[in-house]
Amino acid sequence: MAGLVIVGAGQAGYQTAESLRQDGFDGPITLIGSEAHPPYQRPPLSKAYLLGETDAQRVRFRTVDYYAQHRIDLRTSLDVTALDRAVKRVRLSDGSCLGYDKLVLATGARVRPLPVPGAELAGVFTLKTLDDVDAIAVRLPHAQNVAVIGAGFIGLEFAAVARKLGKAVTVLEAAPRIMGRVVHPDLSHYFTAYHQARGVRIVCNAAVAALSGTEAVEKVILADGSEVATDLVVVGIGVIPNVELASACGVTCDNGIVVDEFCRTSDPDIYAAGDVASYCHPFAGSLVRLESVQNAADQGRTIAAHVTGKAKPYATVPWFWSDQFDLKLQMVGLPHGCDRVVLRGAMETDKFSLFHYRGDELRAVDSVNKPADHITGRKLLAAGVSPTPEQAADEGFKLNSLL
Amino acid sequence: MPTVTYIEHDGTEHRVELPAGWTLMQGATLNGINGIEGECGGSCGCATCHVYVDEAYLDKLPAPSETEEEMLECTASPRRANSRLSCQIKAMPEIDGIVVHLPETQS
Repeated sequence: MAGLVIVGAGQAGYQTAESLRQDGFDGPITLIGSEAHPPYQRPPLSKAYLLGETDAQRVRFRTVDYYAQHRIDLRTSLDVTALDRAVKRVRLSDGSCLGYDKLVLATGARVRPLPVPGAELAGVFTLKTLDDVDAIAVRLPHAQNVAVIGAGFIGLEFAAVARKLGKAVTVLEAAPRIMGRVVHPDLSHYFTAYHQARGVRIVCNAAVAALSGTEAVEKVILADGSEVATDLVVVGIGVIPNVELASACGVTCDNGIVVDEFCRTSDPDIYAAGDVASYCHPFAGSLVRLESVQNAADQGRTIAAHVTGKAKPYATVPWFWSDQFDLKLQMVGLPHGCDRVVLRGAMETDKFSLFHYRGDELRAVDSVNKPADHITGRKLLAAGVSPTPEQAADEGFKLNSLL
Repeated sequence: MPTVTYIEHDGTEHRVELPAGWTLMQGATLNGINGIEGECGGSCGCATCHVYVDEAYLDKLPAPSETEEEMLECTASPRRANSRLSCQIKAMPEIDGIVVHLPETQS
């Protein structure tokens, strides 16, 4: 028996392996990761890890012994370079080949490169892997002026950390507002003010034209000719799904590897999960590719359940979070197409939630330092129960009572 | 190193030594103890690392933060007087020997 081969040892790949053993799968499992590290959690990297509050050992999902004990053949520092579906075999970067009965593509996504001159200068970083963060951590203590290109979660989380460490921080965002792709304008404005009050300089509508410096980066040059002096740049302008292995051999892709409710691709022996998977989510009603811990973990569990004959369609209402300074932003649902937003609590107190409605139907809840609203929101959305906008706005009304 | 005993809902006991400063959630997940999920990575955001702390050790722990208090209202298994989130409990010499009971379900 060739067994099950998992390509990618991030959150989705790890979870698939773990859940397979948990669910009683007894065949061989090979977990292939391109990084040198055993599987680890990425969320702490841009926060607690950079602040020195945790370390490389503690961000691991499991101890190294776990894999051998559970007969998971963990193979690190290895890439899969080709996939031959006809003979059900993958080729590895060390030149060897590996056959499979079932294949899981958990290849993730890579950081979108900044397409400007100077992007390769020393002192310019991306922030996705443990190695990325270790490289930043070496330079950060000596940096005075930090520039962050891209005001998404990663960029803003890093900006908050750098500011806490006493750096002068400038965030450059190409769009008119921060986190524009994922949050309501009210939240963009609130977070902008919160960062600014703590000394972060935020520049929106900023088109980066070039980075320049002699030995290392010294300034960011914007299209309008203005310049930002810097000695450390972090680029966080989104990611590109790693579909190449699949697309090269004809597996259906559409902004990611297209999967069904059991995470099966167009090839019945190949699954995909995590950042790379594009799925017609019942909650969204269209193809979505979710870049989140929840999605990666739940899709990994979905595959394990399907392989072990306990198939359960993946339908979890999507949830996300981001920690910036002492703000805990938690989001559940997808606010696309919403036409009404209701505030619960007061923004001035830094504890509030936004309830997003499409007509009378609750579609998403964004919470700031209101974890109970978030958890209740998850339950309401999962149950398809919508409080009236008046109930959502009334802090005295117990939303739990509707469940 | 402080010792922590985790008792699963079915009675299975795990005695683990944790380096000081590690959270009880990290100690459980890194040692493969079932019954603690810690889906949010230990940022007090998911309430899936809920434990019942043995009464003898309850008073030795720092009081829960406002966020933890709020999250404890959202646990999948019932909240009791000795409920805590294990991502907020750090292994320290003062709580050497602590015993925590894991709830029936976390999600």
